[in-house]
Amino acid sequence: MKLHEYQSKIIFAKHDIAVPRGRVTTNANDAEHIAEEISGRVVIKAQVLVGGRGKAGGIRLAKNLGEVEECATTILGTEIKGLPVRKILIEEAVNIEKEIYLGITNDRTERRPVLMASSEGGVDIEDIAQRHPEKIIKVAIDPLLGLRDYQAKNVAVGIDLPYDLWKSFTRIAQGLWDIYCEQDATLVEINPLVITREHQLIALDGKMTIDDNALYRHADLADKRDEDIEDPIEIEARKYGLSYIKLDGNIGCMVNGAGLAMATMDIIKLHGGEPSNFLDIGGGASAEKVAVAFHTIMSDPNVKAILVNIFGGITRCDEVARGIKHALGEVKLQIPIIVRLVGTNAEEGLKILEDAQMTTARTLSEAAQKSIAMTEAKFEHPN
Amino acid sequence: MSILIDKNTHLLVQGITGHEGSFHTQQMLAYKTNIVAGVTPSKGGEWVMDGKVPVFNSVNLAVEATGANASVIFVPARFAPDAIYEAADGGIPLIICITEGIPIRDMLEVCTYLEQKETRLIGPNCPGVLTPGESKAGIIPGDITFPGNVGIVSRSGTLTYEVLYALMQAGIGVSTCVGIGGDPIKGSNFIDILELFESDPFTEQVVLIGEIGGNDEERAAEFISENMTKRVVAFIAGQTAPPGKRMGHAGAIIERGTGTAIEKIQALRTVGVRVASHPEEIPELLSQ
Repeated sequence: MKLHEYQSKIIFAKHDIAVPRGRVTTNANDAEHIAEEISGRVVIKAQVLVGGRGKAGGIRLAKNLGEVEECATTILGTEIKGLPVRKILIEEAVNIEKEIYLGITNDRTERRPVLMASSEGGVDIEDIAQRHPEKIIKVAIDPLLGLRDYQAKNVAVGIDLPYDLWKSFTRIAQGLWDIYCEQDATLVEINPLVITREHQLIALDGKMTIDDNALYRHADLADKRDEDIEDPIEIEARKYGLSYIKLDGNIGCMVNGAGLAMATMDIIKLHGGEPSNFLDIGGGASAEKVAVAFHTIMSDPNVKAILVNIFGGITRCDEVARGIKHALGEVKLQIPIIVRLVGTNAEEGLKILEDAQMTTARTLSEAAQKSIAMTEAKFEHPN
Repeated sequence: MSILIDKNTHLLVQGITGHEGSFHTQQMLAYKTNIVAGVTPSKGGEWVMDGKVPVFNSVNLAVEATGANASVIFVPARFAPDAIYEAADGGIPLIICITEGIPIRDMLEVCTYLEQKETRLIGPNCPGVLTPGESKAGIIPGDITFPGNVGIVSRSGTLTYEVLYALMQAGIGVSTCVGIGGDPIKGSNFIDILELFESDPFTEQVVLIGEIGGNDEERAAEFISENMTKRVVAFIAGQTAPPGKRMGHAGAIIERGTGTAIEKIQALRTVGVRVASHPEEIPELLSQ
């Protein structure tokens, strides 16, 4: 789960990381009030969970109070990379001397959190990693020991931070580490962390990602999820224990297991077709779950055929076949469907489906080819 | 023959009386796995599975009474890290954690702690380990494979079963099948298992099943080129996966352009690994 800039900054401030004075709002009128409280030049920033909002016109500087409402109205009326701007952050403008990068994330290979910094802030850290890998200073943190001050100081040295800011930098790094642990974050990022003309370190932007598996420890975050970045159908599917992701093709896929679901999409593509979705229905394949899965796939009007690929391990294929038959009795599909069952009792399962006049396949390649052929042929419903 | 588990494995089941734990314990017993004990705090003293398996209140008590030397964990996510610590502190050399959904921070701590121990962890969020004809620690269906000389290591679940089944249809048996799990932070990586297969005299070839996300496969490729004398055949799932979307598994996500299937396939092919274009091609590549 991703947090907005304003949400991250509220958490930063609680951990004594300096952020510009400001507040979030949903309307332009209120924006003017906030600007009045701040007094002086303010920046209006769209709160959307996509990168590149600056370039897309989502960040504007209001030179005087008179410009605030207009800027706010403009930003609130736009869409940034397809996402509506519902909230804006009004902040005091900061005099920037230098921009640096500071973040903590997990290194999967080392199985350690890493503190990363660069003297080249303000741009995507991946760009820096590609162009100037030597400009990224990294230090692995022992999660049982925590971030030690010397490690943060060494990073400050590594990015050539002026000596008189080391102490303040170390405090910010420690604050970030505390947040990382406390909030079960998988990413905490200040980009840029700026040195102001007044020679202070201040977090000009903030980004956080929280581990979904740890949300049970953070009841306070439950209502902070911004569902705009997700397809409503994906959200709905998740409620039924289905993992669904919409794609651009026309062959619907229903599979048990994420790896097998990806492999099924891949083989459709290999034979020249295009999958319309990723869908993992998880363990088992009850009639109810299968019915929900069919509804989910059919919510996409581009789907011309459905490929069901179920591996029957502990749940035997004959049980799965009965589940599918039952679900189809309820859902009444208007498009062709092809079922491949493999594993324990596969032949019994396929016989149940074939007796019910359904198209089946033995191998993955056969299933993929048949499903592609079906999208090309005109379908006549058996009833 | 095999790696990790065999007929001499004395298996302990943590969470044996839970819904998942009791169901899969039955399955493991049906496969004639030597299950010596179960642990469920507060249920110590009971006998479960038709009186075949004693339950203990702690891992220590179970180890003392039965000599358990491996543990499979079916404990819910919020209690699973504690179960791993308990097994490690109880001196269990092999822990297989099936549990899905453990927070990453907990796993970072667990993995760091285990570095100072002699314990090997497989998982979490994995289907476990199966040595055909000998022992099953986890949830891999037993009747879709038979003993042989091909080792399997995989990040996936049902995709692994698919491969096992395809091998069985082609008359190819398996030494041991290891599901290392779909989480970003896990106990054992490909390299750890490849190393075991390389030194197992009964494994002649290895199948590696990877997927998008992270760089485990790239590191495995490096390891293979430097250390493996045995042939490795691979399959990587997720060539059609869009970036930034988590494909079911917590670890299966293309982030900031890295972790794509294409990169992984290239890394493996560069070091001479044959990469199957689809799972059904694997038996063919092994037989050539």
